[in-house]
Amino acid sequence: MSLKDKVAIVGMGCSRFGERWDCGVEDLVIESAYEAYEDAHIDPKDIQAVFVGQMYAPVGGLASAQVCDALKLKDIPWIRNENWCTAGHMALLSACMAVASGAYDTVMAIGVEKLKDTGYPGLGAGRGMNPVTEARRTAPGSFALIATRYFEQYGLTIGEGKELMAKIAVKNHANGSLSPKAHFRNQITVEQALKAPVIASPLGLFDCCGNSDGSACAIITRADLARSFRDDPIYLKGFGISMDPVLPHCRPGFEWTSFPALRTSSRKAYEMAGIKNPREELDIAEVHDCFTITELAIYEDFGFSKPGNAREDIDAGFFERTGGLPVNTDGGLKCFGHPVGASGLRMTYEIYKQLQYRVDNPDRQIKNVSRGLSHTFGGAPQLSAVAVFGNTPG
Amino acid sequence: MSIGITAFGACLPYMRLKRETIGAAWERRGLKGERCVANNDEDAVTMAVAAARACLPVMEPDSIEALYFASVTAPYAEKSHATLAATACNLGTDVFTADFGSTPRAGTSALKAALDAVSCGMKAALVTAADCPLAFPKSDQEQLFGDAGAAVAVGGENVVAELTAFASVNTEIIDMWRNYGERFVNVGEERFISDKGYKTAMTAACQKVLAKAGLQPSDIAKAVFATPGLKDDKGVAKKLGLTEEQAADNYMLEIGNCYSAQPLLLLCGALETAKPGDRLLVAGYGNGADAFIFTVTDAIAGYPRGRFAAQLRNKKYLGSYIRYLSFRGLTETKPGEPFRTFPSNSATWRDQKSILRGVGHKCKACGVTTFPGHRICPGCMAKDQNEQVHMTDRKTSIFTYSIDNLAGRGDDPVVVQTVAEDTEGTRFYMLMTDFEESEIKVGLELEFTFRMVYEGGNFRNYYWKCRPAREGGNE
Repeated sequence: MSLKDKVAIVGMGCSRFGERWDCGVEDLVIESAYEAYEDAHIDPKDIQAVFVGQMYAPVGGLASAQVCDALKLKDIPWIRNENWCTAGHMALLSACMAVASGAYDTVMAIGVEKLKDTGYPGLGAGRGMNPVTEARRTAPGSFALIATRYFEQYGLTIGEGKELMAKIAVKNHANGSLSPKAHFRNQITVEQALKAPVIASPLGLFDCCGNSDGSACAIITRADLARSFRDDPIYLKGFGISMDPVLPHCRPGFEWTSFPALRTSSRKAYEMAGIKNPREELDIAEVHDCFTITELAIYEDFGFSKPGNAREDIDAGFFERTGGLPVNTDGGLKCFGHPVGASGLRMTYEIYKQLQYRVDNPDRQIKNVSRGLSHTFGGAPQLSAVAVFGNTPG
Repeated sequence: MSIGITAFGACLPYMRLKRETIGAAWERRGLKGERCVANNDEDAVTMAVAAARACLPVMEPDSIEALYFASVTAPYAEKSHATLAATACNLGTDVFTADFGSTPRAGTSALKAALDAVSCGMKAALVTAADCPLAFPKSDQEQLFGDAGAAVAVGGENVVAELTAFASVNTEIIDMWRNYGERFVNVGEERFISDKGYKTAMTAACQKVLAKAGLQPSDIAKAVFATPGLKDDKGVAKKLGLTEEQAADNYMLEIGNCYSAQPLLLLCGALETAKPGDRLLVAGYGNGADAFIFTVTDAIAGYPRGRFAAQLRNKKYLGSYIRYLSFRGLTETKPGEPFRTFPSNSATWRDQKSILRGVGHKCKACGVTTFPGHRICPGCMAKDQNEQVHMTDRKTSIFTYSIDNLAGRGDDPVVVQTVAEDTEGTRFYMLMTDFEESEIKVGLELEFTFRMVYEGGNFRNYYWKCRPAREGGNE
């Protein structure tokens, strides 16, 4: 069943992202939820179910209890959603499906992660399904494998490849400098990015997103009820969720420059949304720039650029705010960091505000926007979740 | 039936430490030469496995009926290491395993047991020994010790060195000992332990074995003697009436005293250059001495040799003494990030086919091969149609990689995340070890090596890593 125009977002909230030493999960979810209540002009008692996105921090497996305890919404179902880095989108899309099914009229999707309570600056080693075979697997060390292979396949020298990635970091930092809620709001130069310490070759410090705390929240209702909440609801146009069945590291024949989960999830979302040429028909996109090379691979797998052609588009500024398809206009994961369960909803918050022309800093408002995409990508094995939104039904 | 050595293999760690580096750290003169140092993912088990695996290519795997493991410094105070080594060598569960320890003589004890077993009708037995002996920091032994492993296979077919005679003496003496809970070996007064311990026992055992064989010292081509110091073995040789020419290289300037592995390792070294008809007098020490005379056969001519010399050449120096201390856990260093997932005894037992044996799956329906295996084929979704395929003897090369600067231990954080591919297209995700950053590139040839991964779950977790394929590589 297509969910196109069946559900709408009528309120959203997003906490400030960063090293929120003074805030716990309770404070972060209150910050995002109460902004969303106010935005949707809704009484908390009108929420009929809550879909929580969280991966593991600070306490794995307890997300719903923590958020419920904070928000005091009672006598309703709480459903935890975890799919690695796509947890926020999973909460959002589960909420949309629940409303579309008719089970509920109005629900909340909320994501939160309190990474800074883990005591460590990174997501850590041993990120995998097997404690022995993946004992030293890290996020930078895994995503760097894309870059090594991309450079090899397309004949880029390390220097050329690193410069290409640096341009993505520079763009996202330029956008993040205009985002009051971002963790990092500094502009950087290509030289700075190239000179930064190497984290996992060829990825340097500025190729990697930060580790932050944050929460974001959406109130979702039936499309036919949406305008009773506000004049400018944002409609779900399509979504796609896809997972690769094997750790890419062990997958025979895997090229490492393109991911089936990315291709399939975006294709399904486009089909539902009626998009034939995403490069032309999308006005804005928030994609999973956990690492700059990930954003580059997404350009190609999402059909923004032809395979191997991302370089031309990057050099032409196509993904900058003034380009043909602005990507990560709020600064992306690069500037917000990646409090895992919150990210999908934070990206959707940017799309929602852009499509309403209500971005918190008018300097980064994109003109003439009607359709935008948000996306998270996690794993391994890789999972990808894409949602397309529009500001008018039909 | 003639019985004897049918295969031999050594494991010299890639890491070395110059004795002058140790001396400089203590503001004293270093002894001559250098010593082998186990990498921080190596221990007695991994080196014993590497040495044993070096024997396997020339053996009929089904002929191996026993695996004897010898070590004084193996990781577990209680729990078999022989079973672990047998499993990593992908030997069957019907193979008899036994652990030898307590004294550096354990290496030759295990060899004697294997020879006895074969003379009683066993087809073949694999003997593997390894040690990482620890001496008090600043002691001479710290410089003289070395970490290494060695293995020999014993059988009755394709014998390269036939057993001619054996003799042994036992000596009750407290010369080198460790009490429960002690990390460093205690060493008695040096002249006493050398005179009444080492020299007396070695000389007596060798005289006895020569007499048993009815041979004169002049009949010996090479004397292969375990030695605690740079030239104690030469003293024994002289006492026996052997010439300097007859004394085999003790590799004390390159390897060091590797305890239970030492006599077997020196035997490997001697066999590398031995000629048919050579008589080798081999002796190991530890509260007594075991002495063997082996006669090299014509089969040595067809035996693949040269790997020992190559392993001596392939090396990387630790830049500082403190690195050695941290590699051996003798100094506390900055902790790395904690592991987020923990192994369990039962999961480790359940997964041993892939984790320890290195067995993957080949789909009988579509031919796709995966490691570790999957019950449902990722290629065609056939359920439980898998053939078990042993992977870790395969040669692979780098498909993609990242030199990950933060993923490793606190004291050794650089890890090479490696995706390797074999000639059939099977992919392997492994960490690389024993590497030079400058040599890493797409296409670099790799070999598998069995290493320690970490100590989650309060036990040692071993798995397969890759390392640049070098001439004479361990495995």
